[in-house]
Amino acid sequence: MFEQVLFYVFSGLVLFAAAMVITVKNPVHAALCLVLAFFSSSGLWLLLEAEFLAIALVLVYVGAVMVLFLFVVMMLDINIAELREGFAGYVPVAVLVAAAMLVLLSTIVGHVNFGVDSIQGVAAHASDYSNTKALGMSMYTDFIWPFEIASVILLVAIVAAITLTLRKSRQTKSANPSNQVAVKSGDRVRLVKVPSEPQE
Amino acid sequence: MLALADYLIVSAILLCLSVAGIIMNRKNVIILLMCIELMLLAVNTNFIAFSRFNDDVSGQVFVFFILTVAAAEAAIGLAILVVLFRNKKSINVEDLNSMKG
Repeated sequence: MFEQVLFYVFSGLVLFAAAMVITVKNPVHAALCLVLAFFSSSGLWLLLEAEFLAIALVLVYVGAVMVLFLFVVMMLDINIAELREGFAGYVPVAVLVAAAMLVLLSTIVGHVNFGVDSIQGVAAHASDYSNTKALGMSMYTDFIWPFEIASVILLVAIVAAITLTLRKSRQTKSANPSNQVAVKSGDRVRLVKVPSEPQE
Repeated sequence: MLALADYLIVSAILLCLSVAGIIMNRKNVIILLMCIELMLLAVNTNFIAFSRFNDDVSGQVFVFFILTVAAAEAAIGLAILVVLFRNKKSINVEDLNSMKG
């Protein structure tokens, strides 16, 4: 019973926050609503006994990705009114498409038609069960190869983000490697004949 | 007792809301990126619900990888956005027509 109350509170919060994200005028407010959506869906994930991922969602998304979003939103000097142009015109189309999708999806995943309810819930795990341990056991044995690829993807993302936004500043002094390699000794050292001074 | 269908319907509604957001905010690239994050959140909730109800931890491993890729995508997307704003002084999608595609 208590679990059901929590479920309805968290899912209501998620859907409210998502609705705010797509309708508010100010992108900063949208980012903050997105933070609320992440928090409440991490509550939903806790109800599903995925404790590690619930905490990872809060740490990675709220702590890193959303801060990045807020930074970018605040750095850009954007004209909100211009971006909102034509918003009202698209609302009927959006509502129509969303409603159609929702009808189709809820026909598929709903209680009645395709027997989703035949998947019965398993009993809650014992109190000494560690979700993190189970996840780690699976990830470092069966999924070790995808795990390594994921780390390469993160490295590529770091390099790409830095290279895209790096701006050459005039004050930065740097060497030109191709010039350094192509240099010859004759370009750098000049031998000069100097007559020696007679001793006094 | 909560059924699997309850969680699936919540994430279906979340997905529909983010699709509606993409259609409504089609000029603002930042909101579009946020809607993509919301979509990934709906997908992840589905994965975790199935993982719980089938008692199989592999679904959670997939969510972990989706979170990784989504973080990388957000970082690169925002970097592209910053470069775009530096060059065009605008993030309106309608101004991005220089490739005539």
